[in-house]
Amino acid sequence: MAKKLDINFNELVSCSTAASGSSLVHRLDPRAKWLVTLAFAVTATSFGKYEIARLMPLFFYPFAMIALSGVAVADVLRRTALAAPFILLAGLFNPFFDRHVLISLWGFPLTGGWVSFLSITLRSVLVVSSVVLLSLTTRSDRLFSGLGELGVPSIFVVQLQFLNRYILLLAGEVQRIVRAHSLRSGSRRNSVSLFLSGSMLGILLLKSMDRAARVHWAMLARGFDGEVRTACPLKFSWQRDGAFVLIWVAFFGAVRFIDIPFLLFGWAVGK
Amino acid sequence: MHMADALLSPAVGGTMWAVTAGITAYSAKKLKDSPDDSRVPLMGVLGAFIFAAQMINFSIPVTGSSGHLGGGMILAILLGPYAAFLVLASVLIVQALFFADGGILALGCNIFNMAFFPCFFAYPFIYRKIAGQNPTYKKILIGTTLSAVIALQLGAFSVVIETMASGISELPFNTFVLLMQPIHLAIGIVEGFVTAAVVSFVWKERPEVLEASSNDMPLQRGLPLKKVLAGFVVAALFTGGILSWFASSYPDGLEWSMARTAGVEELEAPEGGAHGFLAGLQEKLAFLPDYGFRQSGTVTLERPDTETRWPAVDPGTTVSGFVGGGLTLLLAGAAGLLLSRTAGRCK
Repeated sequence: MAKKLDINFNELVSCSTAASGSSLVHRLDPRAKWLVTLAFAVTATSFGKYEIARLMPLFFYPFAMIALSGVAVADVLRRTALAAPFILLAGLFNPFFDRHVLISLWGFPLTGGWVSFLSITLRSVLVVSSVVLLSLTTRSDRLFSGLGELGVPSIFVVQLQFLNRYILLLAGEVQRIVRAHSLRSGSRRNSVSLFLSGSMLGILLLKSMDRAARVHWAMLARGFDGEVRTACPLKFSWQRDGAFVLIWVAFFGAVRFIDIPFLLFGWAVGK
Repeated sequence: MHMADALLSPAVGGTMWAVTAGITAYSAKKLKDSPDDSRVPLMGVLGAFIFAAQMINFSIPVTGSSGHLGGGMILAILLGPYAAFLVLASVLIVQALFFADGGILALGCNIFNMAFFPCFFAYPFIYRKIAGQNPTYKKILIGTTLSAVIALQLGAFSVVIETMASGISELPFNTFVLLMQPIHLAIGIVEGFVTAAVVSFVWKERPEVLEASSNDMPLQRGLPLKKVLAGFVVAALFTGGILSWFASSYPDGLEWSMARTAGVEELEAPEGGAHGFLAGLQEKLAFLPDYGFRQSGTVTLERPDTETRWPAVDPGTTVSGFVGGGLTLLLAGAAGLLLSRTAGRCK
């Protein structure tokens, strides 16, 4: 349990370190990145379930974003791998239920289930890596402010900002509670009984609520009126951010409606 | 219960985004109308509490496995439905963004499945009826267990419906339901017990916390339900309509899966209604004929036989797919490398 806590801790800390970079992608307005990431997810999931080749041009997006942002490839791969259980589970049942032979590869019959499994896995990797890149290239406060500028209610944006700030704090609290339990429970240190968990979670909850009350008093003392104001509001530049959105949406549109791999094949064989 | 993007069609994902955005906006408005702003830091801290609480694994008796708290019912009991919905939605967004739990297109589905049912169904109609006023240990235990079980059952069934409607997964409806519901029955019972333990602990230590929340912001009587529902329907139709035009050639997975596995003919698409309308719209607007519905004399959907339903695959297409796909990937990688060098030089 302690190991899982450390992993979660490290992920959050490493994410905020990577997101504070200053590359071209980091400097983009978060609204532009949100819109492009959403457009990418819609494009990747809009292909038929047996499409494999036509998903390939979409790999240009994560490649280009990694190149332009200078984010470490290992970071993107490791975080994408965190979703591996989801990615593999998503399509795992298809080979069992769809046994219709689609193509024969050198005499080896390939069923529709395996083709759709591969397609689901590829589109998962694409979408997950694009979200990973969004979080690795945008500071979380700007990420959530961007949502507010896109029309998300301000109370919800404030909630996201608060949540994000308190996660590390309360995770530290849990680490201390879990460590205290582990040190006193010998061979049963890796798991808490169902009944004990009620008291442990209850104590954590009461400590959290006390903290919320202290935070509220501190905020009131500083003139809090329900809005969290930032010193540097977001600025959407049409030349930079608008162009970023237009270029990528045009690219996704082209990938969706033009069979680029087929055209490349035709060009390669000279037809 | 987190759904992944890859199993969703844009039409289903977009529709659930619209529905969830509507509920979020409605909950935010309800909270904004409330004069008490002490809830804001409390909501933030309780969201973080759910994260932290999920790190404590407890052992499940008899089974030898372990589990963690989901948290939906605790939040609803402590904060009321509107604030709890926003807190759960924010937790799911942070999980999707920073922990790759669930996807970005699937956010609407995930928020609806895991936050709507505990906050707007199980809490007001089950928990409050049983343990809302004058709670006792017994009432808290029955109330939390029953509401956790029902919220999880509805959420799990919703996952099945959304997956089937997307048509990407091959899992038959019956198998999927039989897989999801019993697992979530077990999870619901454990979740109910843990929630009861935590709520009882808080009730014993700080009874005023529960009293304050039970008197605060219940679902209002005379809620303009018709207006809210009408808004959802319009938003859902609009989004679903636009996105299904953009979507894959297999938009009708439920019907298709049902027919393939059980031969249930009565699930044939209706001629009229929203389905027929969207089908007609897609037929008229489709850019590529092979991604549209097949033509027949009227606007009805006509499915070909199983044998002809598969994409036409000939060796030529396969080779072009392999070679073309490989070439494209190489080209994308080379372009990425080139960009990386250019960006490096610009620094």
